[in-house]
Amino acid sequence: MATLFQGVGAVTPFSASSSLDSNKLLLPSRKSLSISDSRGSIFVYRSDALNLKAATRKQDLLIPNAVATKGETSTSAKSGHELLLFEALHEGLEEEMERDPRVCVMGEDVGHYGGSYKVTKGLAEKYGDLRVLDTPIAENSFTGMGIGAAMTGLRPIVEGMNMGFLLLAFNQISNNCGMLHYTSGGQFTIPIVIRGPGGVGRQLGAEHSQRLESYFQSIPGIQMVACSTPYNAKGLMKAAIRSENPVILFEHVLLYNLKERIPDEEYVLSLEEAEMVRPGEHITILTYSRMRYHVMQAAKTLVNKGYDPEVIDIRSLKPFDLYTIGCSVKKTHRVLIVEECMRTGGIGASLTAAITENFHDYLDAPIVCLSSQDVPTPYAGTLEEWTVVQPAQIVSAVEQLCQ
Amino acid sequence: MSFSATNFAQPRPVPVGIRSNEKSLSSDPFRFRFRGSPSFLGSPHSLRFNPTPPLKLAIPHSRRSPAAAVTDVSNGKMVKSSANMLITKEEGLELYEDMILGRFFEDMCAQMYYRGKMFGFVHLYNGQEAVSTGFIKLLKKEDTVVSTYRDHVHALSKGVPARAVMSELFGKATGCCRGQGGSMHMFSKEHNLIGGFAFIGEGIPVATGAAFSSKYRREVLKEASADHVTLAFFGDGTCNNGQFYECLNMAALWKLPIIFVVENNLWAIGMSHLRATSDPEIWKKGPAFGMAGVHVDGMDVLKVREVAKEAIERARRGDGPTLVECETYRFRGHSLADPDELRDPAEKARYAARDPISALKKYMIENKLANEQELKSIEKKIDEVLDDAVEYSDESPLPPRSQLLENVFADPKGFGIGPDGKYRCEDPKFTQGTAHV
Repeated sequence: MATLFQGVGAVTPFSASSSLDSNKLLLPSRKSLSISDSRGSIFVYRSDALNLKAATRKQDLLIPNAVATKGETSTSAKSGHELLLFEALHEGLEEEMERDPRVCVMGEDVGHYGGSYKVTKGLAEKYGDLRVLDTPIAENSFTGMGIGAAMTGLRPIVEGMNMGFLLLAFNQISNNCGMLHYTSGGQFTIPIVIRGPGGVGRQLGAEHSQRLESYFQSIPGIQMVACSTPYNAKGLMKAAIRSENPVILFEHVLLYNLKERIPDEEYVLSLEEAEMVRPGEHITILTYSRMRYHVMQAAKTLVNKGYDPEVIDIRSLKPFDLYTIGCSVKKTHRVLIVEECMRTGGIGASLTAAITENFHDYLDAPIVCLSSQDVPTPYAGTLEEWTVVQPAQIVSAVEQLCQ
Repeated sequence: MSFSATNFAQPRPVPVGIRSNEKSLSSDPFRFRFRGSPSFLGSPHSLRFNPTPPLKLAIPHSRRSPAAAVTDVSNGKMVKSSANMLITKEEGLELYEDMILGRFFEDMCAQMYYRGKMFGFVHLYNGQEAVSTGFIKLLKKEDTVVSTYRDHVHALSKGVPARAVMSELFGKATGCCRGQGGSMHMFSKEHNLIGGFAFIGEGIPVATGAAFSSKYRREVLKEASADHVTLAFFGDGTCNNGQFYECLNMAALWKLPIIFVVENNLWAIGMSHLRATSDPEIWKKGPAFGMAGVHVDGMDVLKVREVAKEAIERARRGDGPTLVECETYRFRGHSLADPDELRDPAEKARYAARDPISALKKYMIENKLANEQELKSIEKKIDEVLDDAVEYSDESPLPPRSQLLENVFADPKGFGIGPDGKYRCEDPKFTQGTAHV
């Protein structure tokens, strides 16, 4: 099934994973979406299920539409090139490696194997085994090695095969990565990028379904970003590599196969800015990573019911883009946070505190934070589904807030 | 390529809590049936009353043939020094001065600590100077040194001025880390000293990374002059830590230009090395990973220097890492907060008799390399350097409030965008404010 035209920067994926029938497309009329002229056109994409193994998963509902992020992006359908999210990461990485010979990659199976999610495919053949280094299974030590290399002039990218494995590297990330610039009085910079897939996948079990952003967020001296679309994946990857700060780039296992058309020309996004996904008037929904798609799915339902949600993908988990968030809060006066992190001590908790501190006067209702349950992610599909926030919950939360 | 387990020094008996002069010794160290034997392996009590200390080498401490302890691994023959002396007069004086600087500095630290000029955890290096001097004085400025919390003397040997180290200890803004690091975090970009780490073992991967950088520069960036080596110093306690083994593996696997220097002073605060380690001979762990493992008498600066020379040359050639175990001892407690009541006074006395500074002094005088006068004048010079360092540190300013938020991020945009739409760091009053993101 072909995809329809798309514009730069916009995206529509859905959570379907089955390769069997990803062909259902729904095309709502413009009227039912209550889109004003400035909103732009509708775009539809299909997600492949190339790498995901769970082929017989129950089909999820497809939401086909999204709204352009910028009204002025009415570029022609033919500009740019189409690719999947992991290819976008690959492209960003390769461009940076080409640009700066000090950029190198270290991780398990990044070299000859091409990366567990193929983000580093072909790079070892092109750049050699030292520049795309296959490490033994010693996360703490090779992350520390990356930090030492960064301090002595290289720009390494450390790949955690799964973000959960970086728990083993917590010592190095907290003590060295975050602290050494400060403890050395500013003498050494650590321009390292630590990236990898995390989040709740398809029945991967508790240990492979961890969301580490909550554990890392208190570490002073690091920045955290989460990508959610091929466009921002490539842009954030490049920005993270060019940044002088240590950056942790969170990817999501289920989003690697999103397809989007991205520009041909080079672009780098800002690490600290949030992304406006869908402007609206009634309520601000803050989200990141995979939950963006659940939110957009719920948005379709909400729009049909007459609500007008403003959806912001915060992208920068640390630091928060309080300007974009603040402008939105001042407009809508209601906030809903939808995240995949755990409830306790998660990104949503920090965001709630930050918004309350800064924009308390603008709120008409308490901030509602929808997070994953505080349970180890169960294996069973049904239980796993209930662990994570689903679109129906988002819809009822919005309805409740907007009463 | 295979590495045999032959080491550079003569093999020692594997120390266990039970001595071989006791009757009915079985090879199983856990069969305790002997009078005075401990209820568990190697308790300090049993070590205290051991007639023959388990870890002492039987090599007589003779300065006249220091090369006797250094064996050429490649052909198994003893290396005879070509000249009578191992060092020239200039080298000898340099070594002596460096060790005196280290010793006097640490003594001054203790004094200043008790006078309330510095606080927190301060770990002094008295007694171990031979290791620092023996290794670091062979390095170039571009070579890297990574240390632990016992890093004052490593910093001084590497060339960080005593003033900078002392004012760092005093927490002043003129310290080598602007007062932000302290005793346990000495860093110097100019002298390539990358720490100073508080947790044991966490500097070893960083050192491995520095060595990787050097290899990368040589092979990927094609910088022909990039033959810098990295020295990682750490203690016996660290040798039971996972990061140590993981890095031995990676360093040997990729033949990184690194030397792992174990300062085995037998005690990890109050934990005897024998009570913590199944096989206490650390140098043996090198060949297990396919790298050379060397044991050396760490109280003898000339022996250390011989071993260091070989290891550094190996690393520079690109032939990979070396694990050097230096048998040494700290004359003071683990830190200034440690009452040091656990260690046997007889053991301390034995090692005090092997003080590396008096040994070098004796060597130089006996071999007519220097006379009392010259050595005394060096000591006087160092006294002046230290008095100046203390005075400088006393007069240096404390860090101002505005320094709190600097250096958190190399790129302060990392503090994010504030509610007003501007980056927080763009606000001119930013550093007077509070840090939050």
